Amino acid sequence: MQKLSLRDRIKEARVSASDSFRGGKLMSSIFRPGSPFRKGYVDSPRNRSYVVMNNVLYHLHPVKVKRHGVRLSYTLCLGGLSFFLFIVLTITGIWLMFYFRPTELAYVDIQTLQTSIAFGSLVRNMHRWGAHLMVLVVFLHMSRVFYHGAYKAPREFNWVIGVILLLLTLLLSFTGYLLPWDQLAIWAVTVGGNMAGYTPVIGAQAKFGLFAGLEATTATLLRFYVLHVLFLPFIIVIFMAVHFWRVRKDGGISGPL
Amino acid sequence: MVDIPEHLLLRSAEARAKALGISVEQALAEMKGESDPTVISKEPEVKTIDETPAPAAETPAPAAETPAPAAETPAPAAETPAPAAETPAPAAETPAPAVDAPDEVDFAPEVKVTQRLLTVVKAKPIQKSVSEPVDKVNTWPHLMLPEFVALMAMTAFLIFLSAILQAPLLEEANPNVTPNPAKAPWYFLGLQELLSYWDPQIAGVMIPLVLGLVLWMAFPYIDRNPETHPSKRKFAIMFYTFFLAGAGVLTIIGVLFRGPGWNWTYPWIDGIWFDDLLDWIHFE
Repeated sequence: MQKLSLRDRIKEARVSASDSFRGGKLMSSIFRPGSPFRKGYVDSPRNRSYVVMNNVLYHLHPVKVKRHGVRLSYTLCLGGLSFFLFIVLTITGIWLMFYFRPTELAYVDIQTLQTSIAFGSLVRNMHRWGAHLMVLVVFLHMSRVFYHGAYKAPREFNWVIGVILLLLTLLLSFTGYLLPWDQLAIWAVTVGGNMAGYTPVIGAQAKFGLFAGLEATTATLLRFYVLHVLFLPFIIVIFMAVHFWRVRKDGGISGPL
Repeated sequence: MVDIPEHLLLRSAEARAKALGISVEQALAEMKGESDPTVISKEPEVKTIDETPAPAAETPAPAAETPAPAAETPAPAAETPAPAAETPAPAAETPAPAVDAPDEVDFAPEVKVTQRLLTVVKAKPIQKSVSEPVDKVNTWPHLMLPEFVALMAMTAFLIFLSAILQAPLLEEANPNVTPNPAKAPWYFLGLQELLSYWDPQIAGVMIPLVLGLVLWMAFPYIDRNPETHPSKRKFAIMFYTFFLAGAGVLTIIGVLFRGPGWNWTYPWIDGIWFDDLLDWIHFE
């Protein structure tokens, strides 16, 4: 038998260690059949189905999609990117919550975040620009759906849910606008809140409910904070779940023009 | 007797009538025990409709000769078919009437009936397939890979944007100092612009609520045209584009062309009053 070189022996040992680990009980218990992380994954139609079916995160997708739907120019990935931006905003938002108090200290907290905390400025920028981007992308997604006539039967109701999602996105962005507690925030929200005051019949009450008082104060800040970090995300996730579920149930992506 | 639903009874009677060449009414009467059962007398009908098994088909002549006696003696008839079926070869070779007769009698109705024809199902699928086959590809990797690339591109773009553009932070909130002009977030600036034209109840509430929400949500229920190609839904396309352009123009006016006192300003002459991009524009 030919004597192996040191390099080959190391390679052999590495491969066998990798195989015994990937084929071991631990990895098989974590990854369901068909996962590329398991030993002996081969690219077969069966395994391609398993990759989607046996993973809770990928399970959002069907095993197969219409060929035209894969074309980038059809959807431009706008729906997926809206969802992705929501995830980015959730992650950066939770990070920001560690350094933020929704009181009269809010402004100081933001200053501290920008000047004294590692990556504080970058994460705040990502959260803010990401929010603007999400409003834009959701709006573009809606326009894409409209121009493709993708709201037509049987997808009428999913369009309704989509409009609600757009509204919730705007509300999330609007409530977040106040949180830095600077002149830009308080006056933008004052202008927006005054618009609610023009509601017929219940205008004064709507404005009072929104501001938690007659004008924007730290009570408004706390109210908007709770709406922004807890209530509205909770609601929007429920509507997103229905939205995605209906996409599947209504026959997947709409047909080509 | 077990109650048999009328429609099943009728179907059974029809099948029986067809098999025996009698009228439906008579078959029904026989099945209800109101009249004597008909005895098969004509061999060819039995052969063609009841799909007589091979041994009987091979020896049709004896069967036709002695139908009646066999029918009268049910007990041996029930016992004898088995050997005949098990040994088809000898039966075919030696057409002895006595042995082969019960084969035929097996199908005579008044012999101790163990099975009967309820209905005849035509040979076609029960389910109709309505969907056309669609050209599909595997989600993994054909959809998930482009999606992953899109996510990475978006992440890279966002990080790049955040690295070069500083989010605005003006001086601390002060309810006593009103900036001039006070602008809403950019996505509400179109509305704020409308507010400067019309009564706030119309521009600030009725338009966003009625037009923006109710009409927008109800759109699929108003537009019942099933066509999706733009050339076949010109009105809908024009309608949407009109409002899109209107909202866009109003927003751009609100962002760039409005200065102190909400007066018209030219961004290239008077500067921009839009604090959201304050640190980016460095202009004025």
